[in-house]
Amino acid sequence: MSNLVDIRQLHRSFGGPAILDGIDLTIAPGEFVALLGRSGSGKSTLLRVLSGLDAAPAEKLEIPSRRSVVFQEPRLLPWKSVMDNVALGVKTPDSRSRASQALADVALSHRQDAWPLTLSGGEAQRAALARALVREPALLLLDEPFAALDALTRLRMHDLVFELWRKHKPAVLLVTHDVWEAVALADRILVLDQGRIAREIRIDAPHPRRRSDPQLTLVETELLQELGVEPSHA
Amino acid sequence: MSDTMASAQDKRQRADQSARPRNADGRLWTIGARIASPIALIVIWQVASTVGLLSPRILAAPSDIVATAVRLIESGELITGIAVSFLRVVAGFSIAVFVGITLALISGLSRLGEAVIDPPIQMLKAMPFLGLLPLFILWFGIGEAPKIGLVAFGAIFPIYLTLHGGIRGIDRKLIEAGQTLDLGTPGIIRHIIIPGALPSLLVGIRYGLSVAWLSLVVGEQINASSGLGYIITYARDFLQTDVIVVCLLVYAMMGLLTDGLVRMIEAYALRWRPQVIA
Repeated sequence: MSNLVDIRQLHRSFGGPAILDGIDLTIAPGEFVALLGRSGSGKSTLLRVLSGLDAAPAEKLEIPSRRSVVFQEPRLLPWKSVMDNVALGVKTPDSRSRASQALADVALSHRQDAWPLTLSGGEAQRAALARALVREPALLLLDEPFAALDALTRLRMHDLVFELWRKHKPAVLLVTHDVWEAVALADRILVLDQGRIAREIRIDAPHPRRRSDPQLTLVETELLQELGVEPSHA
Repeated sequence: MSDTMASAQDKRQRADQSARPRNADGRLWTIGARIASPIALIVIWQVASTVGLLSPRILAAPSDIVATAVRLIESGELITGIAVSFLRVVAGFSIAVFVGITLALISGLSRLGEAVIDPPIQMLKAMPFLGLLPLFILWFGIGEAPKIGLVAFGAIFPIYLTLHGGIRGIDRKLIEAGQTLDLGTPGIIRHIIIPGALPSLLVGIRYGLSVAWLSLVVGEQINASSGLGYIITYARDFLQTDVIVVCLLVYAMMGLLTDGLVRMIEAYALRWRPQVIA
């Protein structure tokens, strides 16, 4: 099967030392990839290149044009209702019916006429997710989308994202610094360090993944060490 | 947890109920206290006029002013004057809104536009624009044009400055979100930049309106042959202080009225903001 994303030797620097120093990255259609890294490792820069917000030189840069991004903040337009925000993602005449379907998918139908500033953090992020999915993306880019949520909401969002991924089957690139989040969701985990992909781990464990699973704990510990955290802190 | 929340809510409601009468009393008292001193001033003014301490050549008595207002309204003189003055403000202010918004969009949306438009506007803004009236009369004669021109000229600056600032202050993150939704530049301007700058623009429009009325008062004092300014000039020649005060009150009321109109637009257009919803 040909790859949806195919990047070779991607470089990016902002004047100083290279932020991305020769990245090779492939993502297959429908694959769930998590990208871990310490802050400053270049993971957000890589995601910006993939989302088309930043241009960078590369030997090869194949990215699907049908892609959506969910950022760490919901970035909803406060002057448009939740429904209009979601409908903004599509330009077809049936955009409203598709938007209301997308809102139903994230269990937010009851808030479709609400103003974004009246939503809770979790609701706003679900609306942002609906706005991304209504575009039926081939590639869904998630830039630490749960980092600002409380722990309980975050766990519920993990389940929701997993369900939506299973239903719509986009390829997903989830940027995160939460190791368990990556282990719980991804088929493949990449660790970015100093602008290079330092580690790649494939996880075949079936879903739903339990945190008590000793094999997953092992993977988690390994990843934490890779990120420079001693196991005692895990 | 829901139990404790419910009981907390109960308690709050009960507290509200017991507090409401006292609050209403308190508010009444506050309003009363605020009205008391203006009323006292008017009473003193009336007494001073009646006993002859205050000559009608200095200031007419409140009762005379009310009578004059009624007479001017009944004769139709005041209504015609208001209509003429109001149309001048509408004409001048419309020009200011159109020109101000156009200039702000050009200089807010393009670097080149900003380089061309912003410096001269900042220079003109520093000028006391009411002092331009003699030049306006030389350029436009003594008809409607210099009056409308002065209103327009004065009101352009607040509109331009607030909209320009509003456009520049828009959250980059929202624009990026628009880019990832493939909105394109026209879509980003329409869905993000214009609505995002609207709160600032509306502040500018309110401020611009007050400048417009001020410019009108000044512009109308000079060689007017109709409008409120004409009534004032005429009254001055005949020492009718009551007529002058009536016209000043009308100016104030018109200013309040147009400001209230913009505030209504504001409340509707910005209903997405929590402080407006609340």
